[in-house]
Amino acid sequence: MEFLLNFWNGLPEWSQIGIVNLAKIVAIVLPLMLCVAYLTYAERKIISYMQVRIGPNRVGPRGWLQPIADAVKLMFKEIILPANANKFLFIGAPILAIAPSLVAWAVIPFTDTLWLTNIDAGLLFILALTSMGVYGIIIAGWASNSKYAFLGGLRSAAQIVAYEIAMGFALVGVLMAAGSLNLREIVHAQAGGLHQWYWLPLFPLFLVYFISGVAETNRSPFDVAEGESEIVAGFHVEYSGMPFAVFFLAEYANMIMISALTAVMFLGGWLPPFEVEPFTWVPPLVWFLLKVSFLLFCFLWFRATFPRYRYDQIMRLGWKVLIPVTLVWIVVIGVAMFLTPWGYLFH
Amino acid sequence: MEFKQLVFYVFSAVLVFAAGCVITVRNPVKAALFLVLAFFSAAGLWMLLQAEFLAIALVLVYVGAVMVLFLFVVMMLDINVARLREGFGEYLPIGGLVAVLLVLEMSFILASGPFDAANMPEPATAAAGHSNTRELGRVLYTTYVYPFEIAALILLVAIVAAITLTLRRRKDTKYQNPATQMRVRREDRVRLVKMPAEKKN
Repeated sequence: MEFLLNFWNGLPEWSQIGIVNLAKIVAIVLPLMLCVAYLTYAERKIISYMQVRIGPNRVGPRGWLQPIADAVKLMFKEIILPANANKFLFIGAPILAIAPSLVAWAVIPFTDTLWLTNIDAGLLFILALTSMGVYGIIIAGWASNSKYAFLGGLRSAAQIVAYEIAMGFALVGVLMAAGSLNLREIVHAQAGGLHQWYWLPLFPLFLVYFISGVAETNRSPFDVAEGESEIVAGFHVEYSGMPFAVFFLAEYANMIMISALTAVMFLGGWLPPFEVEPFTWVPPLVWFLLKVSFLLFCFLWFRATFPRYRYDQIMRLGWKVLIPVTLVWIVVIGVAMFLTPWGYLFH
Repeated sequence: MEFKQLVFYVFSAVLVFAAGCVITVRNPVKAALFLVLAFFSAAGLWMLLQAEFLAIALVLVYVGAVMVLFLFVVMMLDINVARLREGFGEYLPIGGLVAVLLVLEMSFILASGPFDAANMPEPATAAAGHSNTRELGRVLYTTYVYPFEIAALILLVAIVAAITLTLRRRKDTKYQNPATQMRVRREDRVRLVKMPAEKKN
């Protein structure tokens, strides 16, 4: 024990900081990966119950080991490189798809004191990172050297670019209301209970943000990327084995990230819904996780409920409905804050 | 060597390498991807200068939006590299001359004084509560509000111009009108027909 302590103190300062940060990153990413694995299990189980089925129940007690079995299966499958595909980009694309959704966790405040970094431009950082995710898709489509994959990639990329704009504008409303780009301060600005959270004053933006989030992650009802019943799978049609699994992981990691962001921006992050006795006993982290879980449940619920959009309807919804709604609501917030006495409603 | 310096050299090396590849690589898609890498390293350098808003905006606007559209176009074009290479020797002297001139001009400007280390000192370390974004917004919307608005207007005009230039209405395309679809009642689509059985027993 003493030897370890001496060894630790003997290290230079920069490596101490590096090791501590690495440990923190591992402490975030490992549970996240576990959550991703069990989110797939939860998805199958929840949708099964909604469809009056049982769902996976063979591997382990009540099917609890199903995600592990899936992971092992995918790991041992052969990675097939299409003929004349660009090998470097073909393998790099899934990595590009998953990296932004993992990096974004760096700025998410789990509780008031539990976060990896607390940077001032957190919201901008999130926006920049979510705009990076599209590269994985577009490069995967191109590097596969297949017309189906290429068309699928373009289709998904156009969808993501369209919904990203609505998403960005929705966050502009949050920024106006909170007066800060720092995610911790955004949560602090929502203190005071359920009615102070931004979902109420910014209700249209909350809806737009969450709908765009569903579209951004290529989830049902916007999942034209893998509309199995009508077209071949989208950009990842040539992928197999582990690279495919990484795309799969990226989709679920993105879902968790969007849920966490929605919880932070619109549902008061770690704050309890009522600031009175029984609610304040629950630790803040539990509130945060409860909100994230609820939003994730909504993702699965949508999938079990809504039929898939047609592609032109997706585009119409993004460009002609969601973006105008956000623009109008931003003007409403601005006018209310600076020209009328009702600005306090949005603070 | 300080850690910050090391980061600076890494980013600059990647930037120079990527920028060189943009113009030397044969495949236009790869060239566009190298341009993305160049933007990214430039954003890293700006971050070192404590210009975090500009750095993130560079990634957000150029990497996240502009280059995606660029890639779209470049990927869908059927570019024949052999035809592009035609006449390379023909244009080489003129191109070389322009390149030499540009390099000379740039070196004159850089050597002439205003960009000396004395005139461009390292930015002072900002106070703890200092927000780059807030300061930028304050300047942009007070001192430079008219230039800013004019720039926005010019962009708007460009958008309108681009759309009007490419807007063609084809007569045979079928549009969906969501409003009429929503107004449809059952009576408009379904007709119940009462019909006796044709054969007895």
